[in-house]
Amino acid sequence: MASKFINISLKVWRQKNANAKGAIETYKLDHVSTDSSFLEMMDQLNEQLINERKEPIAFDHDCREGICGSCSMYINGRAHGPETGTTTCQLHMRSFKDGDTVYVEPWRAKAFPVIKDLVVDRSAFDRIQQAGGFVSVNTSGRTMDANAIPIPKDDADKAFEAAACIGCGACVATCKNSSAMLFVGAKVSQYALLPQGKVEAKDRVLNMVRQMDEEGFGNCTNTGACEVECPKGISLENIARMNREFLKAALSAE
Amino acid sequence: MSKLDSKIPEGHISQKWTDYKNHLKLVAPNNRPKIDVIVVGTGLAGASAAASLGEMGYNVKAFCFQDSPRRAHSIAAQGGINAAKNYQNDGDSIYRLFYDTIKGGDYRAREANVHRLAEVSGNIIDQCVAQGVPFAREYGGLLDNRSFGGTQVQRTFYAAGQTGQQLLLGAYSALSRQIGLGRVEMFNRHEMLDIVKVDGKARGIIARNLVTGELERHSAHAVIIASGGYGNVYFLSTNAMGSNVTAAWKVHKQGALFANPCFVQIHPTCIPVHGTNQSKLTLMSESLRNSGRIWVPKKKEDAEAIREGRLKPTQIAEDDRDYFLERRYPAFGNLVPRDVASRAAKERCDAGFGIEANDTNEGVYLDFSTEIRNKGKQTAFAQGDHNPSDEKILELGKKWVEEKYGNLFQMYEKITDENPYETPMKIYPAVHYTMGGVWVDYNLQSTIPGCFVAGEANFSDHGANRLGASALMQGLADGYFVLPYTVSDYLADEIRTGKIPTNSAEFDEAESRVKETINKFLNNNGSKSVDHFHKRLGLIIWNKVGMSRSEKGLLEAAQEIAQLKEEFYKDVFVPGSSDELNPELEKAIRVADLIDLGHLMALDALQRKESCGGHFREEYQDAEGETLRDDENFNFVGAWEYQGDDISKEILHKEKLNYEFIKIAARNYK
Repeated sequence: MASKFINISLKVWRQKNANAKGAIETYKLDHVSTDSSFLEMMDQLNEQLINERKEPIAFDHDCREGICGSCSMYINGRAHGPETGTTTCQLHMRSFKDGDTVYVEPWRAKAFPVIKDLVVDRSAFDRIQQAGGFVSVNTSGRTMDANAIPIPKDDADKAFEAAACIGCGACVATCKNSSAMLFVGAKVSQYALLPQGKVEAKDRVLNMVRQMDEEGFGNCTNTGACEVECPKGISLENIARMNREFLKAALSAE
Repeated sequence: MSKLDSKIPEGHISQKWTDYKNHLKLVAPNNRPKIDVIVVGTGLAGASAAASLGEMGYNVKAFCFQDSPRRAHSIAAQGGINAAKNYQNDGDSIYRLFYDTIKGGDYRAREANVHRLAEVSGNIIDQCVAQGVPFAREYGGLLDNRSFGGTQVQRTFYAAGQTGQQLLLGAYSALSRQIGLGRVEMFNRHEMLDIVKVDGKARGIIARNLVTGELERHSAHAVIIASGGYGNVYFLSTNAMGSNVTAAWKVHKQGALFANPCFVQIHPTCIPVHGTNQSKLTLMSESLRNSGRIWVPKKKEDAEAIREGRLKPTQIAEDDRDYFLERRYPAFGNLVPRDVASRAAKERCDAGFGIEANDTNEGVYLDFSTEIRNKGKQTAFAQGDHNPSDEKILELGKKWVEEKYGNLFQMYEKITDENPYETPMKIYPAVHYTMGGVWVDYNLQSTIPGCFVAGEANFSDHGANRLGASALMQGLADGYFVLPYTVSDYLADEIRTGKIPTNSAEFDEAESRVKETINKFLNNNGSKSVDHFHKRLGLIIWNKVGMSRSEKGLLEAAQEIAQLKEEFYKDVFVPGSSDELNPELEKAIRVADLIDLGHLMALDALQRKESCGGHFREEYQDAEGETLRDDENFNFVGAWEYQGDDISKEILHKEKLNYEFIKIAARNYK
């Protein structure tokens, strides 16, 4: 792996806090290794800013291996940048060329207000989960044996694929309606596909959808941008399944 | 020694926990709402503890520094979780899991704790399945298992390479349910910066709201620390960027002993370091060693040619490859425990056979070609094709591998820009897990009454080396199945206490300690960033308190770290202010504690004049380079007592380990 170095320009959204007015600032950054991840490039920029005694850029990040869902940058007009199936932390600078100008913005959605610079508040997702994203089983460990109910491999695999969602919010950020239906659909689907989730299926979908609407997320108009930008490849089928579950529940509601 | 009463119950090992649990005190349901419990950290241990205690009816406050409890670093665990279910009918049992864990830990863990862990392991799987955790299944619909290092059975449950994610989301769903019901109050983006003691008991914490910068006082009748491990002391590790020792270290500074800090796990299969701006290392799950074979070239000139790009690994003939784990440890082969595999890789690279073209030439191959061929052939036969073409075999084999490890292969390719289906992965050991942590007794209570410590933050179950797929097991065991009982026993004496006020002198004092630290950093006006010091700390510790340690190196490390500390406080520059989101300030507070901890690690490694598990002292090895334990003199837990700002003054206490049920023996994987 021969590493190369490139020089780039960055146009980054800076916003002091939730109430302040933000603006794009321009920075020059030289000698960026193409083996660096995008966030390592941001570290390098921050180190440069600190050395110039300027305030570094705030951004969310943690695991840096594509699983925690913290990182959340809108890069050159795309959630998590130009590659598909990646989080920002898995994006590498080999995707950019010497002399490139790179635009970096936060997730933009009414339900995800900016906290500072590139950091947004995604606690709406937590509240949707609290409204019904669980199986009501006590943690006694005295449930039945794990192998008591065989689950067809196909169902288990599909439930797993839905459960692979990392809750990053790229789906919302990329949707023209700021809809959270891919996120909610994935959670509803995971449980709808498993026998453990069937008991509460009706209440779950109604409660989660109600909370989603209350948080100010938009509706789905089947554009499919969310599926394209989802770093974990969560399928649109999950939205369809949620719609079926919702319809079933709404029609049979007392 | 009164300071270290492990409170291990009497009786036969298989009955201890059951009997003990039956006699613990209870808090009646009508009294539980009068009692407050704080949980710091929302990984597997913290989330499961908060959910369980909330469900029981206590008032729980849970804290995490991330923007959501779902992002705690347990999420990144890849390979699996052990449980003695014996679903594969290959001779597994609670005893075997217990034995494997004690042996894997190189006889430096407590028998009673480890047996309890093995006992509840099966309940964890039952519980998680009931919660809707989508574990991998076989075509018959039953749960699938695989093997991990240090065992000869298949007891590891998994969900592709995302087992930690699925288990954490399970615990997070249980926690979310309690938050929704109002039984747990959740504080996202909050960091615990001190513990408050009243009359010697843990009575609350000072937390900083990371968005507003406000310091908050929270009181409780018990405080549970589940804040994870301290691998980030090395700067480069597989830990998340935010993982830190601060909560555990603050507790230590207030009187909790810190045990076995030198016991650190260096994981053999990580992607090698690529450059100086690198921020973290990425693990390639141990599960890959089920299918991958580790090798370096037999001839030095081949290794050299590979490093210079003149030769590709696929061009090296089978006879010219040294599968060094299979050669040295035929009984366990590529599935030896992590410490053994890491040292063996280091030995080959030190001898000049490393294959990575970085500064240190450190890297070995993890090769899937044999498995691809075997599984491809098997699949073809299963499909009725008894004479498959080479092409067909490779195609089917790659598909099989993709199904098992797809996300790991994808992750590898994204980072390295190389396709591991076509060319072997390059890997090298990296810091991954810390066995050491806050000393706790059998109840998981620290030496501060009312302060419990769970998961990676405590020291209790893994001795000097943790076996793969046992961290997830321990986190959930502590949170779901141990703490609810032992914390209730403690709280039974608190039903008449009433609400703990936060306007006491003790809270004032703790808050002013925190304020002082914050102001010091913000007004320091030094010239270098926090990362500058963190990287230097990491280098000292990696080189001198890493995979190989010597008296000389450790003495130097202790001295260099003490100097670094001085320089850090003199010259660190922290921009911004205290009343806003300020990631640099957060880092400064964490790095300050990591520096102290690093110093203590060196002292602990220095006093332990033996080699065991992940702790390898060059002076103590046998003729074949294997660890040489000294059971006569070092069969103890080393627990350190804080004595003030000068870490070199910490006092060592020893808890002798008694092996009643397992015969202590040399660890042999040959």
